[in-house]
Amino acid sequence: MSPTDVLKVEGLRKSFGDNEVLRSIDLSVASGGVVALVGPSGSGKTTVLRSLNGLEIPDAGRVTFEGGPAVDFGSNVPKRQLMALRDRSAMVFQHYNLFPHMTVLENVIEGPVQVQRRPRAEAVRDAEDLLRRVGLAEKKDQYPHELSGGQQQRVGIVRALALKPTLLLFDEPTSALDPELVGEVLSVIKELADEGWTMVLVTHELAFAREVATEVVFMDGGVVVEHGPPEKVLRNPSEERTRRFVHRLLHPF
Amino acid sequence: MDIDWDLALTSLWPLVQGGLTGTIPLSLASFAFGLMLALLVALMRLSANRLVSGIGRAYVSVIRGTPLLVQLFVIFYGLPSIGLTIDPWPSAIIAFSLNVGGYAAEIIRAAILSVPRGQWEAGHTIGMSRTLALRRIILPQAARVSVPPLSNTFISLVKDSSLASLILVTELFRQAQEIAAFSQQFMLLYIEAAAVYWVFCLVLSAGQSRLEKRLDRYVAH
Repeated sequence: MSPTDVLKVEGLRKSFGDNEVLRSIDLSVASGGVVALVGPSGSGKTTVLRSLNGLEIPDAGRVTFEGGPAVDFGSNVPKRQLMALRDRSAMVFQHYNLFPHMTVLENVIEGPVQVQRRPRAEAVRDAEDLLRRVGLAEKKDQYPHELSGGQQQRVGIVRALALKPTLLLFDEPTSALDPELVGEVLSVIKELADEGWTMVLVTHELAFAREVATEVVFMDGGVVVEHGPPEKVLRNPSEERTRRFVHRLLHPF
Repeated sequence: MDIDWDLALTSLWPLVQGGLTGTIPLSLASFAFGLMLALLVALMRLSANRLVSGIGRAYVSVIRGTPLLVQLFVIFYGLPSIGLTIDPWPSAIIAFSLNVGGYAAEIIRAAILSVPRGQWEAGHTIGMSRTLALRRIILPQAARVSVPPLSNTFISLVKDSSLASLILVTELFRQAQEIAAFSQQFMLLYIEAAAVYWVFCLVLSAGQSRLEKRLDRYVAH
């Protein structure tokens, strides 16, 4: 692990039945780095992301956070270790997964108050600050179903931020959105990147990845085909598979 | 048939009183205990442990596969022969609680399963254990789904509680039976008892609608 890395992933393997979705994945994330996982659907990128949060349990491999925990995956991962992983990272989901029975504010303070046991008043103050920053201060007492998709996803991002995680994880955060709502979510993510948040995101938005990512990891068939700075991987890929993928996304027909 | 309006009127209060001091408290107590039992059994059935889920399944099978009246008689008339005598009221509450526990367990289990998996994941990603996610995220949403079927269970229970008259619990129907035997006006008293049950159930249905509205505040319309 290089001294600036906050996360290191080694030898991640995972099969669903006969389908081997991850065949030994290695990855590292530098502090303040933004890693974009790109690749065709079924390439295993979402599985990698979910493994970092313990939502998927790989069959083998190791995930190490700087300062702990270091989790060895296998048949029996102690729950305590998965909880420790989740202490360090927080996920923003493709379908937002907000809690429908709670207001926006309640969604955001749920983790800080119920899990992290922070004083409610302090959690509310922080939540209101974060909501203001994403332009949703006046929505705090509404329920998720009263918001647009873009607004819901911004709440999803704030819910993750409120936990003050080391690492933010984004699972195709704009894939479920109407095209005209994509921009408002991407610009929030870009701001977070500029502020120095460390994040890993799975995305199909190559233009966005090129602008925001410090490293692009191209996956296909459960392996990392190539990785490097975005201008290298996305503009001038050295692998034929990467070239075909990038070409297909930039010229869909 | 001549209707004895005098008797109809003077017997009304004893019937309502039997409802208020017998039927309703008996139903409420049994429903409360029954729901706790049902939640436990539902969680047992959802357990990954085969033995635990098997016990839950067996319990539901026995309760649903045997008549409530027989369950009631086993507890009140049967248990004394093995040296365990229980008074009418506790006997009735035990029998009805066990019965609600079996039926409501299936309702609660289905309601828990109806909450999307993404809700569990969202709970986990903010650091919740399974227990905390169940309590804070899953059960409140499952509650909304299970209110209509659980209300049906409760309304059935209110009516089934008339069976307690057969083990000497003084409730609505037992009052009707006693007045009928005394006055020999069986038709009048039993119809009147039916009417009082009906009114009780109408009130309960209205309460159900109000509860559903309250719980609907976060659901898209």
